Amino acid sequence: MRRDVFQAIADPSRRTIISLLMMQAMTPNALAEHFDSSRQAISKHIKILAECELVKQELSGREIYYHFNPKKLKEVDKWLQPFRVMWDARFSQLDNVLKNLKNKKS
Amino acid sequence: MIINKETIYTKDLANKKIKVTREFDAPAEKVWKAWTESELLDQWWAPKPWKANTQSMDFRKGGTWRYYMEGPDGSRHYCLVNYTSITPNKVFEGLDAFCDEKGKINTEFPSMQWKVEFIPVDSSTRVQVEITFASEEDLEKIVEMGFKEGFAAAHTNLDKILAA
Repeated sequence: MRRDVFQAIADPSRRTIISLLMMQAMTPNALAEHFDSSRQAISKHIKILAECELVKQELSGREIYYHFNPKKLKEVDKWLQPFRVMWDARFSQLDNVLKNLKNKKS
Repeated sequence: MIINKETIYTKDLANKKIKVTREFDAPAEKVWKAWTESELLDQWWAPKPWKANTQSMDFRKGGTWRYYMEGPDGSRHYCLVNYTSITPNKVFEGLDAFCDEKGKINTEFPSMQWKVEFIPVDSSTRVQVEITFASEEDLEKIVEMGFKEGFAAAHTNLDKILAA
């Protein structure tokens, strides 16, 4: 099973968990209170997020707190890079086409 | 007049959209032509060293543009755009898909919904491309595929710099 950022953000519940943890670190129970789905379902999502390294767990007293790991989300930008290169190349070619169009007739 | 030619990329993963915005130094009618007439599209649509070749173009609502991208090794990717809405010189929308050489859509590859808007800014034109995918997986797949072409394009640019 693949575990990466893209898989992590592919699910709407996991996106909600990420946005909750962006605001503050939370215990699994506190997180589960934000959802209608079962506690097991939520801990499964948390587990996937942890495996994708988007969240980290820390022990505070007897409670586990989940923290958001912003570094990992940057991978999404890296992943967009080839797409940017392609469009940048396309657009500089379009600039030339437009320049020729302009010179031909105005 | 100097215009800002920086391309702005916005991703909206929650809504499965990528937006690309760029200004061009020409009036909207000219930029529109370059996006909608096949002889002009063939000149810029494929990032070098790829080349776009139109098979047929029927630019009207319900019409189709069929073309292929040809690589330096002669490999071909057949694609089509089904135009779903057209407001001349302002905006057009279409469904972009991969197909075989006869235009039969290949459903193994993701299709995308395109919206291209042309907004006059003084004597230049701002173009906003909004690409919507059916799923996050599709979005990811397309960007991965763009890699090959993008990478080749980057190399061409590098060659130019090295030759200068």
